[in-house]
Amino acid sequence: MHENPILRISTKILFAPIILFGLYVQFHGDFGPGGGFQAGVIVASAFILYSIVFGIDKGTKLFPSNINLILLALGGLLYGGVGIASMILGEEFLSYNILGSSPQSGQHIGILLVEFGVGLTVSNVMIALFNAFVGFKSGKDK
Amino acid sequence: MISELIINAFLVTIMLAVAIALLKTRTVIFTIILTSAYSLIAALMFITLDAVDVAFTEASVGAGISTILFLAAMAYLPKEEEENLNNQLLPFLTCFVLGGILIWCSYDLPEIGLVSSPIHQHIVPDYILGSRDDIGIPNIVTSVLASYRGYDTFGETIVVFTAGVAVLALLKNNKETGKQNSKKSKRKVG
Repeated sequence: MHENPILRISTKILFAPIILFGLYVQFHGDFGPGGGFQAGVIVASAFILYSIVFGIDKGTKLFPSNINLILLALGGLLYGGVGIASMILGEEFLSYNILGSSPQSGQHIGILLVEFGVGLTVSNVMIALFNAFVGFKSGKDK
Repeated sequence: MISELIINAFLVTIMLAVAIALLKTRTVIFTIILTSAYSLIAALMFITLDAVDVAFTEASVGAGISTILFLAAMAYLPKEEEENLNNQLLPFLTCFVLGGILIWCSYDLPEIGLVSSPIHQHIVPDYILGSRDDIGIPNIVTSVLASYRGYDTFGETIVVFTAGVAVLALLKNNKETGKQNSKKSKRKVG
């Protein structure tokens, strides 16, 4: 698969648009269908496609697994952090009203950050799972 | 109305055909591809029910990423499933009776989209009006998911996180023991 020029070039062409579409789904979730879960999966699929076509070594070079694991935890922390932030500002856990100048803008900021946290966790869990499955094989072969 | 009926009949027929093919196939890769196709048809059915968010999730998660993960996991499975030689009468009867009961119960369900049904009376009007007045975003699903039901989504995120970490821990652990074993066996050979 590493030698096939059609796959290599189409992956290179598709990689950026897939991530762009993921970001669109992520940040357009307030206005249309979409949100963190779907966007996370779409972004992850771009990296997995890259790993499938160019090999897992180049894939982990593009997206190192230690950064992957840090971002995996950071998504959940971001979600919880938004909740804690609203508690510190004097509201209940995950009450976004206090985060902005008006209740509505507070809700907008809260939802945007929370969805971003979901997207981070989901995409990195998917990439980490794929890498784990593929890496497991090379561990067995050694 | 009639076009809706035709589309639904078409989707149900394909779904049934895929399900029967799934039962018949014994090759692992066909099973994975057919499961993906099944998810895709389910996504189309969600679109006919106007549940675009659910359809999007089903298409991207059910048909997309889980197929890739299954394919990645397939490398460790035998290529063909073993033929099941046990008596299949009891499972068949169980499925038949259970399916019959479910279909029978479905006649008591309120019509899809009926405004006077209980599910649209309890808290849904508050969410629909609140999404416009209190939160100010057009997609009600997002406002329910991230704001009204923020606790649940937090739980879901933690579940995804925990599941991912658990699988990573399992696979990593196996890899290390595998290495140890091979080291031991090399020592024995040496």
